[in-house]
Amino acid sequence: MTTPTIVLVGHGMVGQRFLEALADRGVTERARIVVLCEEPRPAYDRVQLTSYFSGKTPDDLSMVEDGFMEKHGIELYTDEPVVGIDRAARTVTARSGRVVAYDHLVLATGSYPFVPPVPGKDARGCFVYRTIEDLLAIEEYAKTATTGAVVGGGLLGLEAAGALKGLGLATHIVEFAPRLMPVQVDEGGGAALLRTIEQMGLTVHTGTGTQEVVTADGAVTGMKLSDGSELATDMVVFSAGVRPRDQLARDCGLDVGERGGIAVDELCRTSDPAVFAIGECALASDGRVYGLVAPGYEMAQTVAAVLAEEADEETGFTGADLSTKLKLLGVDVASFGDAHGTAEGCLDVVYSDSRAGVYKKLVVDGEGRLLGGVLVGDAESYGLLRPLTGTRPPVSPEQLVLPAGAGAPVALGPSALPDDAVICSCHNVTKHAITQCTSLPEVKKCTKAGTGCGSCVKVIEKLLPKAADKGLCDCFPYTRSELYEIARTLRVTSFAALLDSHGRDGAKGGEGCEVCKPTVGSILASLNNGYILDGEQAALQDTNDHHLANLQRNGSYSVVPRIPGGEITPEKLIVIGEVARDYGLYTKITGGQRIDLFGARVDQLPAIWTRLVDAGFESGHAYGKALRTVKSCVGQTWCRYGVQDSVKMAIQLELRYRGLRAPHKLKSAVSGCARECAEAQSKDFGVIATANGWNLYVGGNGGATPRHADLLAQDLSDAELIRLIDRFLMFYIRTADRLERTSVWLERLEGGLDHLRDVIVKDSLGLCDELEGLMAAHVADYQDEWAQTLDDPERLRRFVSFVNAPETPDPTVRFVPERDQIKPDLTILTIGTLEGATSR
Amino acid sequence: MTSVQLSPAPDSWMTVCEEARLTPGRGLAALLPDGRQAAVFRDRAGRAYAIDNRDPFTGAQVLSRGLIGTADGRPFVASPLLKQRFDLETGRCLDDDAVTVAVYPVRLT
Ligand code: SRM
Ligand SMILES: Cc1cc2nc3c(=O)[nH]c(=O)nc-3n(C[C@H](O)[C@H](O)[C@H](O)COP(=O)(O)OP(=O)(O)OC[C@H]3O[C@@H](n4cnc5c(N)ncnc54)[C@H](O)[C@@H]3O)c2cc1C
Ligand code: SF4
Ligand code: FES
Repeated sequence: MTTPTIVLVGHGMVGQRFLEALADRGVTERARIVVLCEEPRPAYDRVQLTSYFSGKTPDDLSMVEDGFMEKHGIELYTDEPVVGIDRAARTVTARSGRVVAYDHLVLATGSYPFVPPVPGKDARGCFVYRTIEDLLAIEEYAKTATTGAVVGGGLLGLEAAGALKGLGLATHIVEFAPRLMPVQVDEGGGAALLRTIEQMGLTVHTGTGTQEVVTADGAVTGMKLSDGSELATDMVVFSAGVRPRDQLARDCGLDVGERGGIAVDELCRTSDPAVFAIGECALASDGRVYGLVAPGYEMAQTVAAVLAEEADEETGFTGADLSTKLKLLGVDVASFGDAHGTAEGCLDVVYSDSRAGVYKKLVVDGEGRLLGGVLVGDAESYGLLRPLTGTRPPVSPEQLVLPAGAGAPVALGPSALPDDAVICSCHNVTKHAITQCTSLPEVKKCTKAGTGCGSCVKVIEKLLPKAADKGLCDCFPYTRSELYEIARTLRVTSFAALLDSHGRDGAKGGEGCEVCKPTVGSILASLNNGYILDGEQAALQDTNDHHLANLQRNGSYSVVPRIPGGEITPEKLIVIGEVARDYGLYTKITGGQRIDLFGARVDQLPAIWTRLVDAGFESGHAYGKALRTVKSCVGQTWCRYGVQDSVKMAIQLELRYRGLRAPHKLKSAVSGCARECAEAQSKDFGVIATANGWNLYVGGNGGATPRHADLLAQDLSDAELIRLIDRFLMFYIRTADRLERTSVWLERLEGGLDHLRDVIVKDSLGLCDELEGLMAAHVADYQDEWAQTLDDPERLRRFVSFVNAPETPDPTVRFVPERDQIKPDLTILTIGTLEGATSR
Repeated sequence: MTSVQLSPAPDSWMTVCEEARLTPGRGLAALLPDGRQAAVFRDRAGRAYAIDNRDPFTGAQVLSRGLIGTADGRPFVASPLLKQRFDLETGRCLDDDAVTVAVYPVRLT
């Protein structure tokens, strides 16, 4: 028996998949396999092409595992396009003159980008977007260009536009149809997409054709549009659709479709049974040419099964799902199933929020079965909805489109899916297959799921046992924000209860640790607003909170009274001076526009507080992960430039949020005009006056990693400003990790500032009422912790140096003079205990 | 009423405080007859511990103000200053093998 020869023409995504399928089925051992490849490199991931611009190298994009060809004895010739097929002689001829005889021929030649026949289309500066070579050329040319235009507002057009924008060009999109992505999304979805894309600074011309590419000296200078206008541009990328590459087939007399595509039957056989066609070049038996990779992969499997003589009734390509999910220019767009609602008697359920750029439509039949849908702006649920297609979902369709929080079942997770639900449609992998693996890398290796378009990865991750342990510490397997939710929803009010019910196995019943105790203490304080030092809560606080003062290096404490907005009367200044003088404290003006008194012994704290509280002061929470200061500039009242009363607003904010416990400390400032003397943009929430109200900035930070705050909203009234800050702070408290400043939290927040704006300005999660309610409760319940402590003799008992000698001060806390004030005497600490104690 | 007692030297016991004064999970400082200071703790299960109050890393008498916890099933206190942890039963520093603090016998009577 002679070895048969299989010749593959075209080594693209589907071609490579075909080779892998042959290897899987052992055909590579029984047959000689020759691959003729037009491009200068073996198959690469065309779907991820655009990631080249975000740093992926051509090597990163390769789809061929090292050594694959050698291992399976496959002969691969790159740069070697086939130029003719002789079906009678069963040979193909390549450009170099090489002739290869075949027993079976597989055409996987893909598509070519369609370029409309407009004058000037071949000028210098005109490109298409299909291969790595195209991208290299675009990148090179863009170096000398400032403006670029993309012809075509479909899926690929938007990708190309994103790439041009990323290369720093002012970018236009010209689309003939009245909306963007006409194939995938409907009118409402197109409108949502348009708004978002325009907001990113791209110019979109829909309902507009391209009539001519205007050139000078053979290079592009502009475009004439069908509305009579002319657009100046340095380069043009055509992305007006693709056409199957069926020329070879036509030339050798194989049947092709009226509108192109090599006609094949269910087993992907062309009109010559020795010749197959797969992928984008094929016209499938259902009369369609599929421009997506997943159907191509199925065809590849089909032909491999036929050649392995393993084809049975089940094998065969009868049509495929056209579902897609993409992140185009950062906007999620997904469509699946009968997205346009073409089935008879079907009904739409639509949710649309044009402010947020979110549009969701589900198509259902009379019995409530999900037929398909379109998601724009928020395609989170795609991974779950697609596998539910054809079934009656466990909750009503209205609930499926509503944003979480607005009555949507937050809990509809992947667990709701049946075992045979296809999770990865690129590789046709079911939930069952995925749950056999334990990690994402393993899933990718064993099932290939997640290695195509990547849209299923999120759902896969949810199906796997938690890969990286994100737990707070050795005691809890949960993050701070998860613990917050647990404590809030289950109304847990004690650390012990939380540890025993939700701690790790080995930690239950134990003490917890120095990480989780203060974290849970802060959560309980955020939720309950009670006095933080009563009962078990006392045991959770860091020493600073526990003493309502800041511990210094020699065991003494500092005292920081609140001075809201930095405004203080002479009388109060005098009281601070007198207290400091009487107790011999070191005084310093802090960086937070207030005064710090250092060097108090623990047993002196109550007396110092009494003096301060009597004079109208209260705790400044310098010790807490809580609101610190709201700094202000002098503002309109005095300053010639001021446009609002910044001091008044700063005081109002400081009094409103004082005592609020948070994952980390909170700082704020209010400036009276854009000169920004209060440095509001370096604060967790900063406010800058405008002629019309206030601008609110969030997520600023000084410290080790400074970050300028982002502008969240403009020209707010007093009431609007406060409402937004209420929501912002409560949302942060609810979702941030332990010791995560707002800056870091915002950087980590998925969707970033836009998402934050959606949630707290546009109320996309329907959370705002609740957030405002939590803040209202905080404001109503606030009490000064110093006064609370002074009022209760029991609470005061802990402020002694020694429990067995309450009248004796700690003799090791001693000071020496410096610049007319005191500083800690460190020598006494280094000599050890005995001497220290005797030199009282 | 139960009180917490500590042995500052062999064969001698002194009363530190009533048990109820010691919040489970926290500590208090006690002055010993010779001027040394001890940090006395009680855990959730009611067990008491006493170690020297002096934080050997800074010299400050502050260990009684640290948070206690459990690591690998063993009780520890974390210094409130620079957060090094000390085993409450052995005085051994969990973050630096070369450092140990004194441990005092305690009892509840
Ligand atoms: C007193 C003060 C310095 C001064 O003499 O001016 C100060 C002192 C301390 N700062 Fe500060 N910071 C002080 C203003 C600042 C500022 C400036 C400001 O608020 O405008 C910053 C940068 C702004 C910022 O936070 O974004 C600042 C960034 C820090 C950081 C770094 C935070 C970060 O996100 O990187 C820490 C460490 C931490 O909190 O984890 C810190 C921590 C500390 C601690 C609490 C360290 C500690 O745990 O002992 C210091 C104790 C103060 C005490 O014992 O009373 N301090 N610290 C200032 C008190 C302000 C107030 O009135 O409350
Ligand atoms: C930017 C971009 C983004 C995309 N995004 C997605 C997506 O998100 N989801 C999705 O499903 N699909 C996407 N696609 C489409 C997807 O890339 C194609 O469906 C897939 O590549 C089809 O595979 P193929 O093997 O049929 O064709 P190709 O990958 O195009 O491979 C065909 C190969 O054949 C070669 N060839 C042609 N003629 C000859 C000849 N005569 N001799 C030798 N070789 C020849 C070609 O040079 C080419 O290398 C995207 C495409 C692009 C360009
Ligand atoms: S920020 Fe403007 S209003 Fe405030 S002090 Fe500076 S210049 Fe004056
Ligand atoms: S659905 Fe595309 S990789 Fe899984």
